[in-house]
Amino acid sequence: MSTRSLSKGCFVFKPSPKKRKVSRTTAYYFREGSSDLEDSELRFATCQSLQKQVKSETEQIEEELNEQLFDNLVSFLRRSHSAFQEKKTEWTCRTKSREIPTAALVLGVNVTDHDFTFRSLSEVLQNNVTPYIALLEAKDCPGIKNLMQKLLGQLMNCCIDVDSSEEEDYEHVSRSRVRCSMTTLINWYESATKRTDSETPGKKRTSSRHWQSPPVVVIFKDMESFTTKVLQDFVVISSQHIGEFPLVLIFGIATSPMIIHSLLPHSVSSLLCIELFQSLSCKDHLSTIIDKILLTTQFPLKLSEKVLQVLINIFLYHDFSVQNFIKGFQLCIVEHFHSNPLSVLCCQLEEAKRRVNSLSHNQCENVRRLPSFRRYVESQVSEKQIALLTVDSSLKEAVQKLLEDLNVYHENYFPILRCLHVFTSSLPKYPLGKQIRELHCACLENRVWETEEYESSLQLARMLNKSDLVTMLQKCVEILVSSPGREFDEIVEKLKEFLTQFQKLEEAYQERDESISPQKELQKKTNLYHLQKTLLELKESRRSKKLTKFEMLRFEVVDYIDSLVRHYLVPADHKTLHEIVYFNTASVLREHLNAAPRIALHTALNNPYSYLKSEALKSDGGSISNKAPDICIAYKLHLECGRLINLADWLEAFSTVVTAAEGPTADAASSDQVDDVIHARFIRAVSELELLGFIKPSKQKTDHVARLTWGGC
Amino acid sequence: MPILEHPAYPPATLLCLESLVPCRESQVSMLLSIFGERQQLSFPSIFIYGHTSSGKTYVMKTLLNTLQQLPHVFVNCVECFTSRLLLEEILIQLQNHSSETRRASPVPCDTFNDFVRLFKQALVLDRAEQLREMEANILPAFLRLQELTDRNVTVILLSEIVWEMFRPNTGCFEPFILYFPDYSIGHLQKILSQNHPPEYSADFYSAYINILLGVFYMVCRDLKELQHLAALNFSKYCEPVVRKEAKERDTRKLWKNIEPHLKKAMQTVYLREISSSQWERLQCEEGELGQIKGLSAHAHVELPYYSKFLLIAAYLASYNPVRTDKRFFLKHHGKIKKTNFMKKHEKTSNHLLGPKPFPLDRLLAILYSIVDNRVAPTANIFSQITSLVTLQLLSVVGNNDQLDGPRYKCTVSLDFIRAIARTVNFDIIKYLYDFL
Repeated sequence: MSTRSLSKGCFVFKPSPKKRKVSRTTAYYFREGSSDLEDSELRFATCQSLQKQVKSETEQIEEELNEQLFDNLVSFLRRSHSAFQEKKTEWTCRTKSREIPTAALVLGVNVTDHDFTFRSLSEVLQNNVTPYIALLEAKDCPGIKNLMQKLLGQLMNCCIDVDSSEEEDYEHVSRSRVRCSMTTLINWYESATKRTDSETPGKKRTSSRHWQSPPVVVIFKDMESFTTKVLQDFVVISSQHIGEFPLVLIFGIATSPMIIHSLLPHSVSSLLCIELFQSLSCKDHLSTIIDKILLTTQFPLKLSEKVLQVLINIFLYHDFSVQNFIKGFQLCIVEHFHSNPLSVLCCQLEEAKRRVNSLSHNQCENVRRLPSFRRYVESQVSEKQIALLTVDSSLKEAVQKLLEDLNVYHENYFPILRCLHVFTSSLPKYPLGKQIRELHCACLENRVWETEEYESSLQLARMLNKSDLVTMLQKCVEILVSSPGREFDEIVEKLKEFLTQFQKLEEAYQERDESISPQKELQKKTNLYHLQKTLLELKESRRSKKLTKFEMLRFEVVDYIDSLVRHYLVPADHKTLHEIVYFNTASVLREHLNAAPRIALHTALNNPYSYLKSEALKSDGGSISNKAPDICIAYKLHLECGRLINLADWLEAFSTVVTAAEGPTADAASSDQVDDVIHARFIRAVSELELLGFIKPSKQKTDHVARLTWGGC
Repeated sequence: MPILEHPAYPPATLLCLESLVPCRESQVSMLLSIFGERQQLSFPSIFIYGHTSSGKTYVMKTLLNTLQQLPHVFVNCVECFTSRLLLEEILIQLQNHSSETRRASPVPCDTFNDFVRLFKQALVLDRAEQLREMEANILPAFLRLQELTDRNVTVILLSEIVWEMFRPNTGCFEPFILYFPDYSIGHLQKILSQNHPPEYSADFYSAYINILLGVFYMVCRDLKELQHLAALNFSKYCEPVVRKEAKERDTRKLWKNIEPHLKKAMQTVYLREISSSQWERLQCEEGELGQIKGLSAHAHVELPYYSKFLLIAAYLASYNPVRTDKRFFLKHHGKIKKTNFMKKHEKTSNHLLGPKPFPLDRLLAILYSIVDNRVAPTANIFSQITSLVTLQLLSVVGNNDQLDGPRYKCTVSLDFIRAIARTVNFDIIKYLYDFL
């Protein structure tokens, strides 16, 4: 079992309880934690189904993204040994030294995502190429011996899995005592392939999936972490036997392929025939995921700007991990359904309408409490207001209508957003961002047309040349035609009209005889005086010149786009009932995903009230209360010390603080002699601090300890 | 005039042997005379050393195989990474010798004692360097195997390093030491030309080898590697002949055609920048080299934003003296000239001395001051440090307790860090003490 932890420590692994029990408890916890019990069953079920949907969708996307890479790898495997089998006798093949075919697979620094990639890679290979795959990790292979053990174990097991017949059982037992050497491996390979060859029609289906003599693929998951010696030895050993069985190595590389040269000396790397394969960059990967998951109407749940920003920031600033991004999204789903009782309405429109009808009175009250709904009510006439606030049935009717509106809003929002992105992504300097996600955030945040960036991008758009403009319009038409929105026919018509106008303009240009343009005149002038004069004239004329037809049209187009943006890209939180489908508690998410252990520890020790909530501990800040736990007192005192802390002084200060309350009652006897109990409490507090890593014993000075942390974080 | 003469073997075999081991006649005759005749007791142990691919393994193998009368076992010590594996491997091979019909079940053999008991003849240990890392008794025991088993056995150790590096402290039986010198250019020419393709004449091929050696001899004297390169590039050399543009005798034309090609090969295939199969494909397609970039063309590493700053901070902490932190990262540091606070030993460039270890706190302090906005010390920041360590961009110094203030070193190069710093618009040179 593996642990993911920042610090070293003991980990208890309880045996996992039975599956049935687990599923019951998650539902139970889900219900228990929520503030009120409205529809918690239903919410839980909706949440589960949405989770499942997201999971399958993301997996599919990832598969598609990896397809190209895997295809390349498979064809590499196909190539790698076929050449030798075909023309064994040719002169070049006899003289050339046989190298081990090696694929250097550069996967990027997001190590947490690699697991998934390797899993699907080995699945693909298992299905199409070979049953003999071994996945090696550096932590399992500190020496060549462990590596060979691991390798043989995995390979021999997989062979048994392929046959899965009963007579192999005894091999399991004896495996631990098999000699872990290359000779064993070769003998095993020979017998394994012979067996599959001799298998007659009965099992033909299984063997025909694989190739004639399937290669043995050894995958090194994390090349960087392997020690040089282990790798070198393994390569040298296997190169001795490369003629006897088809071995292919795959190096998983996180940084750059240069690592091969820095890990292996030339004498070893000359035994390899290395080809490079590069996976899609994780940023592109993220863009695809956002595009396919967040910027569609497919999933009812949406993320607000702040939440999305938190997730994207974690990705860009911290880990580059797409898996973590998806996990964050899944956390949003759980959190939303868990904390928001009205999330029961966060599902497909038809289902939501049905659910509205069965809302309880409490839930109706919840709806009335929503700020966006209150705004909506205020905008209505007074009779309607009363009806909405008092009669549940009219409220339900209104909610149904509003939900429908919200749905239409989303259906229009995304295609128009994409159209706007077509424009902004080709402007110089990208005032509204290069990626569509940045544009999306900007639109969600507030009215995008009121921002300066939007203003400047419109200005830039007014200077676009014709061919760019035409291609953009064409792209927009494509986007709108392929989207399911209902209101787009009109817009498409309008855009097409623009396109035909551009077409006409072009024809008009060609017909017209072009007079000598001022630019050309400029070239003729050689005299400085004349040049100056014409330049001035040019300037004048430009100022007063009437707009050409093209420029007029361009203005029209940009204005039209602007009107579309104003109409369709209203920020979501201006929409009534947006609370139901938008998850917007970014602080919760940040707390969960971007934990700050040092700050939490500091707060706990510096201000115990924040966790213990005991009135006695409420302090005004600076002073040290003697009611606080001993460790807090010791911690606060140690903050005032330098690098080395004198234990005697510390003890004295500690006892002063602790006895402060007794103050006048304390007798003179205790003043020069520290109470044993206090002494013991002090020692305990100090050792607790040592355990937490704030101090350590020091050898520099007797009776001193060294501080390990600095500042209030 | 045969060079090899030995009373025990028929001259025909010796002639055959001679043709197989060109340029190693003197060593072979020496070995033959040491082995002596069948009934004579030979020298207990022989130590053969010489540079990579100076024919040690090849000569021994052909020698022992050609002279059928020498029963032997050939073991590669890299492959047998534990003593148990090594000893068992030897025994298995011996069993196969004596009874080739039935495949005996392997005999468990854990210690040298068992081995001596079970041991029944020449024994060759290739890559003997590895023996030094096994249990202390293995090497001395092999050296006096004859004595221990009381049989006519010779242990031959092949190694790339000299005997002095082997000799254990406790002393042992001194083997007979034989040195295989490097092949000279003439030798290489002779050996390489021997194996010419059947379609072409020996002269033609030997001219090709001559050109090849002219290009590669400066950088590579490894026979195996040269042979490999010769095979890879021969088709290109033949091209004009195949296309009937030049005759086989037209050496000058052929040379003009092949020379730039070989030079390119030296920069790419030889360094394993691109693989040999890719090279072959390129030759077939007549494509330009630009299509396939070498491994080092992909040196760029994409990192998350804070990882980049962590790495920059680590680099600064590794190459700047602690005292100068104040000057670089404090706002009102006043004017301190480099000469004023430079100690004598600091006159040498820190970049020549390599990275120095630094504690975690210093790294974080520098990070906070070089990042523009506020950075919270979150779990994500700390785990990024750990992942930089797993990526081998940082390394932990001293593997002591985690609570005890871990110390790190930055292991990336100046070029690398400059590329990283450029992507975040950070002028790293301004912050480096060496470039002040």
